Amino acid sequence: MQAAGLGESTAAWEPVLPWLIILLPLLGFAINGALALSAARKSADAVRAGGEFDFFENGRPRTHSLPTWVGPGVMLLAFLLTLVNFAGMLGADLHEPVVLSYWSWISTGELEVAAAIQLDQLSMIMMLIITGVGLLIHVFSVGYMRDDPGYPRYFAYLNLFIFFMLVLVMGASYPIMFIGWEGVGLCSYLLIGFWFSDEAKASAGKKAFIVNRIGDLGFLLAIFLLYLVFQRVDFVGIFGDAESVFEYGGSVITWVTLFLLMAATGKSAQIPLYVWLPDAMAGPTPVSALIHAATMVTAGVYLVARSSVLFALAPLSSAMVAGIGVLTALFAATIALKQNDIKKVLAYSTISQLGYMFLGVGVGAYTAGIFHLMTHAFFKALLFLGAGAVIHSMHHALHHTKKDWDAQDMRNMGGLKAYMPYTWITMWLATVAIAGIWPFAGFFSKDGIIWMTGAMAGAEQAPYAGLYTVYWILALATAMLTAFYMTRLMVMTFHGENRTGSREAEHLHEAPRIMWIPLAVLAVLSVFGGWINVSTDLRESILGGFGLLPMGEWLHGWLEPVTEAAHLIQETNLGEIAHAAPIFGGGEWVWGLISFVAASAVVLATLRLLGSRKVTVAVDDAEPTGLARFLYNKWYVDEFYHRWVVDPILTTSRVLWRVVDTTIIDGTVHLVGNGTRALGWVVSLFQTGQVNTYAFILTVGVLVILSMVAF
Amino acid sequence: MLNALAYDSWVLHALIWLPLLGMVHVLWAAEDRAKELALRWSLLVFVLSVGLWWAYDPALGGAYQLTSSRPWIAVWGVNYALGLDGISLFMVMLTTFTTPLAILGSFDYIKKRQKPFYALMLLLEVGVVGVFAATDLFLFYVFFELTLVPMYFIIGIWGGERRIYAAIKFFLYTAVGSLLMLVGILYIYARGKTLLGVASFAFADLLQIPLTPGEQMWLFGAFALAFAIKVPIFPFHTWLPDAHVEAPTAGSVVLAAVLLKMGTYGFVRFLLPFFPVAAQHPSVVTLMLTLGVVGIIYASWVAAVQPDAKKLVAYSSVAHMGFVIIGIFALNLNGLQGGLLVMISHGISTGALFLLVGMLYERRHTRLIADFGGIARVAPWLTTAFVITALTSIGLPGTSGFVGEFLVLLGTFELHQGMAIFATAGVIFAAYYMLPMIQSVFLNALDKPENQAVHDLSRREIAILAPMIALMIVIGVHPTPLLRRMEPSVQMVLERVHAAAPPSAALIEFSEEEEEGTDASDAWDEILDRITSGAGRAE
Amino acid sequence: MLAESLVVAGMIFVVGTLGVIVRRNVIIMFLCIELQLNAVNLTFVAFSRYVGIEGQVFVFFVIAVAAAEAAVGLAIIISIFRHYETVDVSNFNLLKW
Repeated sequence: MQAAGLGESTAAWEPVLPWLIILLPLLGFAINGALALSAARKSADAVRAGGEFDFFENGRPRTHSLPTWVGPGVMLLAFLLTLVNFAGMLGADLHEPVVLSYWSWISTGELEVAAAIQLDQLSMIMMLIITGVGLLIHVFSVGYMRDDPGYPRYFAYLNLFIFFMLVLVMGASYPIMFIGWEGVGLCSYLLIGFWFSDEAKASAGKKAFIVNRIGDLGFLLAIFLLYLVFQRVDFVGIFGDAESVFEYGGSVITWVTLFLLMAATGKSAQIPLYVWLPDAMAGPTPVSALIHAATMVTAGVYLVARSSVLFALAPLSSAMVAGIGVLTALFAATIALKQNDIKKVLAYSTISQLGYMFLGVGVGAYTAGIFHLMTHAFFKALLFLGAGAVIHSMHHALHHTKKDWDAQDMRNMGGLKAYMPYTWITMWLATVAIAGIWPFAGFFSKDGIIWMTGAMAGAEQAPYAGLYTVYWILALATAMLTAFYMTRLMVMTFHGENRTGSREAEHLHEAPRIMWIPLAVLAVLSVFGGWINVSTDLRESILGGFGLLPMGEWLHGWLEPVTEAAHLIQETNLGEIAHAAPIFGGGEWVWGLISFVAASAVVLATLRLLGSRKVTVAVDDAEPTGLARFLYNKWYVDEFYHRWVVDPILTTSRVLWRVVDTTIIDGTVHLVGNGTRALGWVVSLFQTGQVNTYAFILTVGVLVILSMVAF
Repeated sequence: MLNALAYDSWVLHALIWLPLLGMVHVLWAAEDRAKELALRWSLLVFVLSVGLWWAYDPALGGAYQLTSSRPWIAVWGVNYALGLDGISLFMVMLTTFTTPLAILGSFDYIKKRQKPFYALMLLLEVGVVGVFAATDLFLFYVFFELTLVPMYFIIGIWGGERRIYAAIKFFLYTAVGSLLMLVGILYIYARGKTLLGVASFAFADLLQIPLTPGEQMWLFGAFALAFAIKVPIFPFHTWLPDAHVEAPTAGSVVLAAVLLKMGTYGFVRFLLPFFPVAAQHPSVVTLMLTLGVVGIIYASWVAAVQPDAKKLVAYSSVAHMGFVIIGIFALNLNGLQGGLLVMISHGISTGALFLLVGMLYERRHTRLIADFGGIARVAPWLTTAFVITALTSIGLPGTSGFVGEFLVLLGTFELHQGMAIFATAGVIFAAYYMLPMIQSVFLNALDKPENQAVHDLSRREIAILAPMIALMIVIGVHPTPLLRRMEPSVQMVLERVHAAAPPSAALIEFSEEEEEGTDASDAWDEILDRITSGAGRAE
Repeated sequence: MLAESLVVAGMIFVVGTLGVIVRRNVIIMFLCIELQLNAVNLTFVAFSRYVGIEGQVFVFFVIAVAAAEAAVGLAIIISIFRHYETVDVSNFNLLKW
């Protein structure tokens, strides 16, 4: 299997202007960037004159009209173009990826990295999510960022992000993917630190970038190792030869996949590199929805799914992917239990759900992983946007009365459903979806992952069968935690008495239409989005209405061309996977029903339990104690990293500078210089100016030479 | 059109002697016209040098083109011989590109004694272009030493507070190295006379001398020390931060952009082809790789705790040069090509960083990072330019910095996986020193009243930075034309190195030396098998 | 005969050398230098008896040069004396850095 040559495609299907899908956001970036630069210049002049930029003109922001059309506009065009291509691909029955090469990016000797894009079923799904959810979030942002002086800059960054994200998923080789990989990291850095005058926010961006770079180290090493083995770096070439080149479970393939896993843990915020994501909530909330929930953080899952052939050949790495995933899921869920910042809860929830996706792709259920990625993009984007609407409203209310309370602290909210009914309803839909309640999207995707974990544990020749059983139990337990903390979030935010204050409450209001329309669209997707991938077993059970509901296993079949090679390798080496749970037996629909009932029970119990409990507002609230305190402080992981990683490096750096550089190395240099001077001084002592001395030295010299000649 | 003008025959001479003519003109003219004249002359040189891109034809192989030779000191066999190959082509162009920008960047900075300053800048260009264009070792040495003189005065007269210390340190440090090299040059010359009966300093003649492995080791040491100081390689780097901090902006720019490249250029031009046995001796390769990797990590860490922004950039230079060194001593195509590309990219990005730090200094008369904060609010364009340049410097994909580092690390990984892993970690540390500086200077609150008055980029400054930033991105997106032009010449160097001893021997020796656990060694053995079988398949 | 001549010449030379090293009066030192020259002359003459006439020719050269040197040297001494009003060399250390 050879990569397509320059400019030609291998399939009968001709993609429609695929490069334009990538270029449109870049164009948006260029236009918005130029606008942002000129706006910033004006604002700088005002600041220099001692004032602030007068952002409003007759009550309307003056920098908005063009970015509002350009930013979401290019997204709409890109989404439509993606849809056109999707429709084309649907009708094409494509078995090989379409590789389109535009120019030779790096070419030297044997190494040939083409600036090429690859269109296949997997990248198409990702493109739909990115441009679709991206479009909705761009629209939402028009309302959310309306009052911000950095409006054009915001859209410039957001467009640039979409550009890099598309490069990431459409790239036809690892290095091209790496451009997108680091590019989205850059945009994440810029957007987290969007309000850069706040030191904490600027620091959060920096932290995200540096932690991500640690993961990128793994990406680079994986590329190097793959190049060493294959002498090429494009997907088609590598995946085509992988089976014949690598021995199943061999050490090189294990190293390659472990390096890739390292990269994935960085970008997808998994243990041990997850620490940047909670801090990343410093960015504007739509950014959290787009980058830190729906798209960028799922890049690690995409990477594993894209490299499914490699991971299928490395059972140890796959088990580690699954293990890291399930541990992260559980770990982040425990932290989410005790957070009071609405965005922090969602951040840890995202980490936890990413853990599920890792578990999915780790147990070889690549479709299930991507499926959860997709449904998660719907309901988590919805949750974040809903939280954004809540914060927006809270912020306005508090701003009106100049109360310096935290607009994101759920302890200061309560009873918002009366003020924001649309937001309330849509967020509840997302909550039941993420909690795994039938028939919402999250139920099917999460159930698929958990079920595949159990099935893997019972596979005929499963390696680490016991381990997979543990994963399965932990995954089930985490699902219950998810149901609890999400219900807690809803109760604290929307139910009970309002705690914002009577004067402030008057100013609480529903979000403008441009903000809740995206919420409504996402809500529909969160409800029905799960129906596109329901296994036959579920469909024919009560959970599928005995086959009467319009459900199907469409996604599985759609992704089959991409994942079948990996599935074949698994089948050959692991044998048939089980059709019953590892303990107690029982088929897929039985366990689906059990988890549905259990999750519903948790949601209802939490509603009853917390609904009646009184919450103290943040300023009066006591510090948590005991285990709660431990969870509230996030297991002290940040403190641990600071103490044992960041500080030692800083101290060493100081020592290297002050001691090694200044004292030892420069000291030696000065020693040589001063030594030469000292020697000169000593020799100069012989020059007395006295003729007698010279004569004496002369005589001695002559005698010495004579005696040397004589003897 | 170039042919009609017989461009090939005169361009190199023009590039060397026009700046000298310009220097005379500057000295002749009135004081207040000096900067404008210097800019015009250097721009003329740059415009003339652009044609080199087409005049040099990589399809003709990697040998010297545009050659010319005239006897200079006939009795000693010294020739005034010039030529250009894929390696020196970009060094010459980098020089002619940087010099006018550095001169333009000094317009506001240099207020006293303008005439001698601009005259020396042009003299510096003479020296540097001569170094890269010379194909006669004696001529090379003359130009190599010639560059010291103007730089010494530029630092010593127009520098900061400790300028005398920095200038003397710079001069003595580099002079010590180059004197050792002079001994080496004379030795080779003498051997050539005895063994071949040819009294010549021409590269082509010297390459014919059959030096014994022992001689090669000694000569390698003498040359390597000279170039290692110039690069500078850890631990010979301490002159660099002092020189950079004290030098005026233009001095720092030229120093970082091209003077350091004379060191790495020396490695590629002389050490590899002249002493191939020594250059691929396992302990030499290990030593150079280790120094390179240590330099990367060490310099990054030291950079991270610098209070002075200019010193930080200076240390980042040392780290980048570490990448070049490991790329060169990877002794394979990817590594060497990457090393050359890092040289080009570093010249542009670090040159731009020094210009930007200089612009900050002109506005605030301080370079201490702690004195800034929130500059992005009053100087957004300056901030944008700085961030793009810094991202190039830390090697973000899509910028020129990435392509070079990627190839270097790839090449190193082919030779020595352990070293490559540590070197790749250097990529993290680049972010570790650069981002905190960006934050402390440009982001955070605008809480110091002095910073509120900082103004944004002027037209002149935009004119300086725009071409540099454009190049960073163009090279990052489409580096292939550069790589294609360098490839034949790099291949020639490598063929010469590998002809001296079977390359696979060195490779195997290496990969076995570093292993500890059996598991790991199995893994690398497997890789080696793949490579060999892959090569078999290709046939 | 040769041995005796050389011994005498050697003794005179040593006396002259020690004089140059030890004495401070510039006139005495000057005379001691003359002694050294004459010791060499004696050696030349002694050897010329066995080797050839060239030795005696050299002696004439030495005498001629010594005469010129005496003239220049004495002139310098006089001008130094005029300046310092002493001929003690320990006062003449202008050449010291």
